[in-house]
Amino acid sequence: MNSIVETIRIGLLRSGLELKQFLRQRESVVFTLFFPVILLFIFGTVFKDTIAPGVTFSQYFVAGMIASGLVNTGFQQLAITIPMERDDGTLKRLRGTPMSVSSYFIGKALLVTFLMIIQTALLLFFGSVVFDLNLPTQAHLWWNFTWLVLLGSACSTILGIAFSIVPKSGRGASAVVSPIVIILQFFSGVFFVFTSLPSWMQQFAALFPLKWLTQGMRSVFLPDDFATQEVAGSWEIGKTALVLTIWLVLGLIFAIKKFKWSRE
Amino acid sequence: MSAGAAIEVRGLSKKYGAKTAVDGIDLTVERGEIFALLGPNGAGKTTTVEILEGYRKASSGDVRVLGFDPATKGNAAQRWRNQIGIVLQSTSDAADLSVFETISHYANYYENPRNVEQVIDEVGLREKLNAKARELSGGQRRRLDVALGIIGSPELLFLDEPTTGFDPEARRSFWDLIRTLQAEGKTILLTTHYLDEAQALADRVGVINNGKIIEIATPQTLGGRNHAPAKVTWLENGVTNSLHTKDPTAEVLKLSQRFNGQIPELEVLRPNLEEIYLKMIGELK
Repeated sequence: MNSIVETIRIGLLRSGLELKQFLRQRESVVFTLFFPVILLFIFGTVFKDTIAPGVTFSQYFVAGMIASGLVNTGFQQLAITIPMERDDGTLKRLRGTPMSVSSYFIGKALLVTFLMIIQTALLLFFGSVVFDLNLPTQAHLWWNFTWLVLLGSACSTILGIAFSIVPKSGRGASAVVSPIVIILQFFSGVFFVFTSLPSWMQQFAALFPLKWLTQGMRSVFLPDDFATQEVAGSWEIGKTALVLTIWLVLGLIFAIKKFKWSRE
Repeated sequence: MSAGAAIEVRGLSKKYGAKTAVDGIDLTVERGEIFALLGPNGAGKTTTVEILEGYRKASSGDVRVLGFDPATKGNAAQRWRNQIGIVLQSTSDAADLSVFETISHYANYYENPRNVEQVIDEVGLREKLNAKARELSGGQRRRLDVALGIIGSPELLFLDEPTTGFDPEARRSFWDLIRTLQAEGKTILLTTHYLDEAQALADRVGVINNGKIIEIATPQTLGGRNHAPAKVTWLENGVTNSLHTKDPTAEVLKLSQRFNGQIPELEVLRPNLEEIYLKMIGELK
């Protein structure tokens, strides 16, 4: 059998198995899929102001929440669960079979993409029902939205796999990974309006993908003239695609070279 | 399939910094053979086996497993992995998947998998088919590991302490399974702490200590067991008597003459494998 076809076939089977295992862990289902919705309820209820004519904070916040959802389901989830799989013997057992590492990566990427779609749908649904979220009406905005979700998922997945070598054990992984994600969320304009942050924070955040994802999502969900209120005075869509692609490629090279199948 | 022995190891060494875990091992396991590797914890057993399985890299020496260097990477390694099965020491993965889901999923990884239903019967997990791995007892969990080791229909099966946590009945049926696999022409490399298991299954045993192979022999001849003095015991005047002798037949004949035939409660005992083994590793400590 053609080995590329076989690698993809096993990758698809793995994604099904990954999803099955994910859905059977109630706490991770609630945390990953519903946590952003819960945050939306809290922030949307507390902050009722408008930050620009016709732009409510919850409109701004949904854009940031979708972007940080990509970081949660991909980077955070994988950087925590892969060290656990390393501890419980999953990875060692897989290493002993003819399954290729690419199939394993494909399985993870599809799981993340699938969860991302569900999570985003939940956010958009509750956002529009409860907080009168305005959904984009133009086709090119939905196109931007689609590639941002897909490129963002891929980037987040690969960086999560790459970062999984950092935590020494599955038990300690959450303590290593979660603070990084939370700090990035604060610095990248998820919980606050980005332009109201100190400029050193903005510049620091600009090194990482999350800032670009939130900005990209704002370009989809906020009125087009809001772009003048961004740091650069525009949405910087091209630059966003470039930064995400660079992180994706670097993460991929690192993940393939350095992926660890066992502790030691 | 390539010709030659299933496993060929020459001068294998593994160093971790200044510590030498494996110190110049030579080992040949023939095709179709069941070979048991014995040794205390920390002797270098697991390191040796994990080098053969391709998990660790040797520091020096020549290793051939089914004619292939396990340290090789890439597509060739994947083809090689189609022919080997590995049962690792204690695991706790796939906790949320059922026995059937896990076994049938792993079957997809191999070119010529065994029949999933048949494997489930062979390891005796029919009644636990839909149970989640986290609900299994220690022994049942171990049988699932064995199922995943044999699902690919391997030419060579590595078993690292496979029957830990088994009750005696489960151990017997596991032994039957291993004998069935041998009858199919498979080669099996086994590590175990149970000497009766090595005695029951192995064609040959190798004793490893401090990273070196001390002896390789059949279970019957290990440590000069076949020539070791036997213990003869019998009942005389209400007291149990015993003596150690290199020639038990002569002693029994003498006793038989003395008792005019029947010797009360006669027993002739060779030292068992465990005693021989403990003596071997004890002497070297």
